[in-house]
Amino acid sequence: MTVEPILDIKQLTVRFPDKVVLDRLDFQLYPGEMISLIGANGAGKTTLIRAVLHQVKPVHGTIETHPLHETRQLKIGYVPQFRNIDHDFPLSIASFVGLNRLGHHWPFYTKQEHQNLKHALACTYLTDLAQTRLGSASGGEKQRAYLAQALVDDPDLLILDESTASLDVQAKNELMALVQELNHNEQLTVVFITHDLELAARYTTKYYLLEDGKLSSGASADLNQSLIREKVRGAI
Amino acid sequence: MFALVFMRNAYLASTFIALTCGVIGVFVVARNLSFLSHTLSEIGFAGAAFGVFSGLSALNGMLIFTSLSSLIVGALGVEKSRREATISAVSSLFIGLGILFLSLSSKNASYATNILFGSIVGISFDEVKQLIILSALVMLFVLMMWRSLVFDSFDSVGAASQNIHRDLISIIFLILLAFAVSIGAQIVGSLLVFILLTLPAASAQYLGRTVPQLLMIAIGISLIGVWLGLYLGYVTNWPVTFFIASIEVLIYLLAILYSRLVQRS
Repeated sequence: MTVEPILDIKQLTVRFPDKVVLDRLDFQLYPGEMISLIGANGAGKTTLIRAVLHQVKPVHGTIETHPLHETRQLKIGYVPQFRNIDHDFPLSIASFVGLNRLGHHWPFYTKQEHQNLKHALACTYLTDLAQTRLGSASGGEKQRAYLAQALVDDPDLLILDESTASLDVQAKNELMALVQELNHNEQLTVVFITHDLELAARYTTKYYLLEDGKLSSGASADLNQSLIREKVRGAI
Repeated sequence: MFALVFMRNAYLASTFIALTCGVIGVFVVARNLSFLSHTLSEIGFAGAAFGVFSGLSALNGMLIFTSLSSLIVGALGVEKSRREATISAVSSLFIGLGILFLSLSSKNASYATNILFGSIVGISFDEVKQLIILSALVMLFVLMMWRSLVFDSFDSVGAASQNIHRDLISIIFLILLAFAVSIGAQIVGSLLVFILLTLPAASAQYLGRTVPQLLMIAIGISLIGVWLGLYLGYVTNWPVTFFIASIEVLIYLLAILYSRLVQRS
């Protein structure tokens, strides 16, 4: 039996007034994969993700999502690239993580929602820091809180947009090890948008290079070969 | 003190004002709308002058003007970068209109002072009833869009990555803010209503860590300000607004001091 992709993009074309950002692009993502999406600044990585999130309208092509569970649509958790959380941000980490619960409008949370919050904090090793103010947390802790906020909605697919960019080497590796753990333990499918080829090679199985509106792909391990790494680095 | 009808009315009105301004204020501070709330206060003055000139009440005039300008600000530029210039333009127009209406109406200068600086003797029970209804309406709307409003206010980037109607939330909130300004101005006056909309919530940011905590603290600080202010005004015969402003500023400074001490230890 063949496995169905959870995300199936065919001939996707997105145009901005001044240029074609995505040009008849094809892309399939299978359940349980952990891939990296690489490309130069402005190559259209975030645009591709925004199209998947229905925030950008394509001029051509289709984006199909296939649910993993019979009872619900495919859920996508997105961790955006920039966050405007400064030092005097008042909320605790638990409160911040809990912001992403839009199932109802009323203030009070259900039992299930409380459980999801606990689980998201535990998965990201934030349980002990739950009552710490997010504003005074370290860069790595903040990124984990952003990740936990996406997880609290119990997504099937997690998209990380340059989440490691502002972190030091140790914090980068800790965050990626955590995401890898989620990929293994929670069967979470992961798309990691990055410029960091070392991280892509170490933590993902496959890379996709976005260049001139098209995708090319290869095994992430190949990024360790100097010839391929230099070629990819030249493109980004 | 409570034997006097106008004091009973003033206490009842100011309690609902403190509740409304405390709740809306938390979102004003989180959404960085302090400048707009200041401007809406000035616009409220124009609205009240229009209300008097046209024979509507001052409160109704305020509601019309502040809601209208909120809609204009919302339509012209919800994005932050464009917002401040838009607000300045809108406020200039409305303050000009306020001065015009005030000079056209037959009311004397002391009436203008009442609108600007507030008055506790002027509130009738009917007006108190209207304030309570408006205040309940504001609370109901906040409750109805609670989760989206909280998410968008405290983490606009995160909320933007979810498909929620951010523009709609923003515009509804601006109208709720306009209502809160109009309600609050009835006691503290239009010039200083932004105090109740910003300082208690700004103080709460130093003290609370969850949204319900921020709300409770902001409401508490607002209530202390208006209740104590009314009492001191009654005892000394000095303007209530002076006391409310001083109390809120004092609490704000103490909150900053407290947070510095906590950080150091």
